[in-house]
Amino acid sequence: MTTSNSLVYLIALPLLGATILLLAGRRADKWGHILGTLMSASSFAVGLYQLSLMLGRSTEERPVGQKLFEWISVGSFKVDAGLLLDQLSICFVLLITGVGTLIHIYSISYMSHDKDRRRFFAYLNLFIAAMLLLVLGDSYLNLYVGWEGVGLASYLLIGFWNQKPAYATASKKAFVMNRVGDMGLSLAIMIAFATVGTVSFAGIKEQADQTSTAALTAMGIMLLVAAAGKSAQFPLQAWLGDAMAGPTPVSALIHAATMVTAGVYLITRSNFIFDAAPTAQLLVVIVGAITLLFGALIGTAKDDIKKALAASTMSQIGYMILCAGLGPVGYAFAIMHLLTHGFFKAGMFLGAGSVMHGMNDEVNMRKYGALRKFMPITFITFGLGYLAILGVPPFAGFYSKDMIIETAFNAGGIKGIILGLVTLLGAGITAFYMTRVMILTFTGKARWDEEAHPHESPLLMWIPMAILAIGSVSSGYLLSRGDALVNWLAPLFEHEEHHEELLAPIVVSAMALVMVAIGVAIAFYKYSRQEVAAVAPESVSVLTKIARQDLMQDRFNEAVIMRPGQQLTKVLVKTDKAVIDGAVRGVGRLAMNSGSALRGVQSGFVRSYAALIFVGATLLIGAIWVVVQ
Amino acid sequence: MDAANYLYLSALLFTIGAVGVVVRRNAIVVFMCVELMLNAANLAFVTFSRINGDLNGQVVAFFTMVVAACEVVVGLAIIVTIYRSRRSASVDDASLLKR
Amino acid sequence: MVDLAISVGQTQTPEAVLFWVLAPLTVAAALAMLLVKKAVHSAILMASVMINLAIFYIAQDALFLGIVQIVVYTGAVMMLFLFILMLVGVDSSDSLTETIPGLRPIAITAAVGFGGLLVSLIGRATLGRNAIGLEAANSLGNVQGIAQLLFSRYVWPFEVVSALLITAALGAMVLAHHQSIQVRPTQRQLSTQRFRGESLANAAGLPAPGVFARHNAVDVPALLPDGTPAANSINATLQARGDMLTSGTFELGRVDTSKGEEK
Repeated sequence: MTTSNSLVYLIALPLLGATILLLAGRRADKWGHILGTLMSASSFAVGLYQLSLMLGRSTEERPVGQKLFEWISVGSFKVDAGLLLDQLSICFVLLITGVGTLIHIYSISYMSHDKDRRRFFAYLNLFIAAMLLLVLGDSYLNLYVGWEGVGLASYLLIGFWNQKPAYATASKKAFVMNRVGDMGLSLAIMIAFATVGTVSFAGIKEQADQTSTAALTAMGIMLLVAAAGKSAQFPLQAWLGDAMAGPTPVSALIHAATMVTAGVYLITRSNFIFDAAPTAQLLVVIVGAITLLFGALIGTAKDDIKKALAASTMSQIGYMILCAGLGPVGYAFAIMHLLTHGFFKAGMFLGAGSVMHGMNDEVNMRKYGALRKFMPITFITFGLGYLAILGVPPFAGFYSKDMIIETAFNAGGIKGIILGLVTLLGAGITAFYMTRVMILTFTGKARWDEEAHPHESPLLMWIPMAILAIGSVSSGYLLSRGDALVNWLAPLFEHEEHHEELLAPIVVSAMALVMVAIGVAIAFYKYSRQEVAAVAPESVSVLTKIARQDLMQDRFNEAVIMRPGQQLTKVLVKTDKAVIDGAVRGVGRLAMNSGSALRGVQSGFVRSYAALIFVGATLLIGAIWVVVQ
Repeated sequence: MDAANYLYLSALLFTIGAVGVVVRRNAIVVFMCVELMLNAANLAFVTFSRINGDLNGQVVAFFTMVVAACEVVVGLAIIVTIYRSRRSASVDDASLLKR
Repeated sequence: MVDLAISVGQTQTPEAVLFWVLAPLTVAAALAMLLVKKAVHSAILMASVMINLAIFYIAQDALFLGIVQIVVYTGAVMMLFLFILMLVGVDSSDSLTETIPGLRPIAITAAVGFGGLLVSLIGRATLGRNAIGLEAANSLGNVQGIAQLLFSRYVWPFEVVSALLITAALGAMVLAHHQSIQVRPTQRQLSTQRFRGESLANAAGLPAPGVFARHNAVDVPALLPDGTPAANSINATLQARGDMLTSGTFELGRVDTSKGEEK
């Protein structure tokens, strides 16, 4: 493999930025945001440079590695802190640093009134560094460090306004639920170490065919747990909605474009494990399908614009996970959807932030309306993202989502039909709730509070939005033109004979468009023809009520995990107090009591000691007497 | 006459001496009781010497006497010292270990 | 008991007579030593026990030890005891009431158990054994026999014990040594102090103890001209010990019953 000495700068630059900003403290308040943005931008520049180098090499020589230092060396087990930049990571590197830089720029303006802006940029840089380490690590252990790093950054950023207890709680919730997934990843690493003996990607890939299917399935399931935790997939999805407590740029960067897609990256990166473990792969597909519908249903009922987008994110990542679970035919499309989604969802989140910025941080869509005239640029960029997520040709989503639906249909047999229908249904629901967001926010009558004075956002905010909108429009076409991305990624995955096509691509596209049209039409009928209440109506169907409560995900977690956990903890505490503390204290008490009992003997009087000696001598004579008997 | 009689006498005297050590408070009397115990032991040694027909027992009794004399010298000096500082010869008054 | 009765019935030899006369006396003296209140009486009883033991030694062909017992124990050690008793207070008598609760029952129980077990063991150990006797061992004479052993087989313990004796003597000296914490005034200084001091009351020396010619013991204070006892006429140690007598007992008027006890 080719080696390169400059990979480390990708991570080192933002890490340096974070370190400087955190250590410099208030002294860096004036220039901290500029430094943070520069660090992110320079990291992007390094990424571009690496891309250009990679393009100049032949296919076999494209992956480059860099060994930083020998990290762990225990007996035969050796792990180097090493970086690996291949066709897959470069996509992520560019997405992370590119979108990241745009969001840095956006945040300069968005956070300008916040006195802790420097700290915000420090955390953003920390996140960029950790995320890059995640996608650049050449072993699961290195990936794990980045994995934990992004979890930390996510926690810090969700709870950025931690003066509000609800936000602090949301950050804790995200952290704890992520920890469940992290446990899965660490277990997967341990299984890999125990069965394969190495934790590097290359090492496991080499020995995958000699490893038992059971071990690979176990690793695959554990990796799926990890992916579910980080990517807010069923059943660890509950944290994402609450994570919207963080500042909107954070939601755009971490909880839409990059960190939540780490699960997709993990599954794609572990293709050699999943390809050899069909059971785990099937589970991946099921999880993806459930989450896809789950998120879409939640999205239909949310009045909070950010939470609606978060539900949409969950649903879209469900698409990616589903597709990644379909094996070699799906990996590339999953990544493609990931990239296009990164553009349009980040763009829409920034649009939502722009709307909130103009509406005194109001998030309830029922209090928006008619913002089209007041925020034309936001409307246009948001609208382009909207068209992209709907999958209207020729916008980005059309290429990526259609590919997923098509791949799902072609999965073969009854499984393919079910998956195809699920993805189609998802597309329809997506069209419905996204149209609802558009209508509630930008059209109809104004339902603002009196003190709201909507206005267009400043230059620094709308430029990133515009760039992302361009991405939303063009990225799909660019990536799929001549199967560009598929061919680019192909060397990484096992080749598979192409399945017999169940439906012709054109038929699938038509069906998807029909579903989208139906969804849009229902939304128009419900929200454009009728007056929208400024307060959410109470008399709604049970389904809506359940959907408003995130399909009972929190109640479910509470009833199934939290309550029994609390009971278990109580029992354990009692056991601890009664048995363990009891034993420990009992020993102490025994010593104390026997001590105070024996203390009486220590009267200090010589004569009582003499009496004891006398008694002892008597006993000794008695013993002799008995022995001699 | 059976020499064992001396041994019985010795046992009796030793027991009386032991009781005296425990029961009496005056340090000097306690000391005398200790001497009584040593003497009882000496009597036993002398009797054993007679029973066994060699002089080793008598030599040991002789050594016991010397050691007892040493003990008396030092012990009485200690009693005098205690008396000088505490104005009392009672062994119960010297119970500072407790307090 | 049967053995004992038989042995009592067989006591025809002079030694048996000696034993059965002196042994009860010895035990009685030892018991009395425990029971008398005055330490001096205890000492006298102890001396008698020791003399009895010396007689028993001699009766058992241990002539040297018997003599040493009398000379060292009765002569030196018991004198030392009496000397210390004098120093500490010859007249003080002890209370025999027990102050440590439960000690006496424990002591008596242990004593009965100890004595009983010991007697039983001796009985078992010596039953059916006849004494060899020391006629052969003492053929050269008892003192010569002991000397031979002492300076051949036991020469090393002998030297060690001599070292112990010297150490003990040194130890006693160290203990008895009184560390003076102030400079002792010289005769000259005392004299100067007496005449140049605050008052000339004691210029002629302290009053001597004793009342007139009736009593001149050191523990009776002298009377001043006005009839009051002069506290500084007797030793402070006697006063502190409470061994001081009042002079009233010895006054003439005390005998005359018509006169009340005014002083």
